[in-house]
Amino acid sequence: MNNEELKSSISAILPTAIYDETGEFLNVNIASEELYPLINELRSKNEFDFDYLFCLTCIDWKYHLIMVYHLLSKTHQHTIVLKAKISNRENSEIETVCNIWRTAEMLEREVFDLFGVKFINHPDLRRLFLTDDWNGYPLRKDYVDENMISL
Amino acid sequence: MRGLIEDDYVTEEGEFVINIGPQHPSTHGVLHLKVWLDGETVKKVQPHLGYIHRSIEKMSESLSYRNFIFATSRMDYLSAHINNEACALTVEKGLQLEVPDRAKYIRTILAELTRLQSHLLWWGCTGLDLGAVTPFFYAFREREFIMEIMEETCGARLTQNFMVPGGVMYDIHPNFQKRTKEVMVQIKSKFQEYDNIMTGNVIFENRTKGVGFLSKENAISYGVTGPTARASGVSCDIRKLYPYSAYDKVQFDEILGTGGDCYARYMIRMHEMRQSVSIIEQLIDNIPEGDFQAKTKNVIKLPKGEFYQRVETARGELGVFIVSDGAASPYRIKYRSPGFSNLSAMPLMAKGGKIGDLVAIMSTIDLVIPDIDR
Repeated sequence: MNNEELKSSISAILPTAIYDETGEFLNVNIASEELYPLINELRSKNEFDFDYLFCLTCIDWKYHLIMVYHLLSKTHQHTIVLKAKISNRENSEIETVCNIWRTAEMLEREVFDLFGVKFINHPDLRRLFLTDDWNGYPLRKDYVDENMISL
Repeated sequence: MRGLIEDDYVTEEGEFVINIGPQHPSTHGVLHLKVWLDGETVKKVQPHLGYIHRSIEKMSESLSYRNFIFATSRMDYLSAHINNEACALTVEKGLQLEVPDRAKYIRTILAELTRLQSHLLWWGCTGLDLGAVTPFFYAFREREFIMEIMEETCGARLTQNFMVPGGVMYDIHPNFQKRTKEVMVQIKSKFQEYDNIMTGNVIFENRTKGVGFLSKENAISYGVTGPTARASGVSCDIRKLYPYSAYDKVQFDEILGTGGDCYARYMIRMHEMRQSVSIIEQLIDNIPEGDFQAKTKNVIKLPKGEFYQRVETARGELGVFIVSDGAASPYRIKYRSPGFSNLSAMPLMAKGGKIGDLVAIMSTIDLVIPDIDR
């Protein structure tokens, strides 16, 4: 499917989605609560068939967090970038996608470790790189490390 | 100490837990695996990461667009050159900068040399992991020639740092073309020797055939890429699917396997070595004249936006995701490293096998731990 078809098909499922085509891929902006119903359809419907999650990460925009999912369909060769906005920065939560793409299990643990996003229904949500007693989430913009030396 | 909490060691009747690593020769670095065993059968594997986590993503947020590239040499140190290339390509994508043809050719040749030396090292180590010592010496003998080429042109053997946004740092050494051609002839003559000593070896076949099976569906679902995924029949060669640098100017086919076991992964890499030689031979005589670097401003600032570039390293798909807010350093940078996703599929492959097979699986996934930890 091309971008126009993707947009109209996604709008049929989620009318509130906002699109952005300035970058290389089609960006779909949604709220974090809308993630699960949409992402389930994106994987299971044959017309989308997004079977490959090739990048999962988070961006801290100081007032809110944005989860970024890069999705590709191996059969149709179309790509979208799904961005779910988490408004509540202090108690950030989002539904896990690791039952849809297994690769998300480790990637979500990484995001939990470095951004502090809690993934609901994740089977094994522990710190990945840092020790269990680490304070704070290093990749957040307001993280202060008193041992950090700036050259 | 993480991973040594008593609660984690809850076992069923007859089960016991052992820790492999972080200091263990067969984990190829500081990887810590916690393995639940029933006799010799692996029931569950849990990787523990973070022993070499340097937070390159956080560091890059305070480095300029010229400097952050050099940190990536320390991620997958065996594909240092390709990592640098990925970052340079991302910055160029943001600047909408056209790289001179000469730089593209040099990049591609050096990238293939890097892939070749990485696969040679992997081949030697696989032999070592599975009980054969000789391949290690054979592989390092040939790898040394490539390292010398790198040293002559890039000034470094392992962490080349030869890429800058806009092209390559210097022009190639006058000896580069002659020497590369000589080395290619030399290496080509050795492939038969490699096959004789390892590929057809009965012990080696018994250790790898039917071991560590990964299905095509699982490979895609776990985000496995590179030779590991291609052995399961997943078409994922970025060089072919989304050509960058000079890959659209060479003739080569994506090598796909069907077995999905350790032996299939081994064969894919053996074929890829021959393919790399063929790609280098197609390019080496045709390096166009001209500039080796496009003109860039002293301080590079990317426009606001998000830029994603993927390349094929020796281990699979490396993605570089830069979020720019218009400043002189990236706002957020994310490396989608191939080793990280490949490792996540390892517990699945190892489940139900023997503990000896775990070593074979680890070695044919070709893990480089700094690439996983970043």
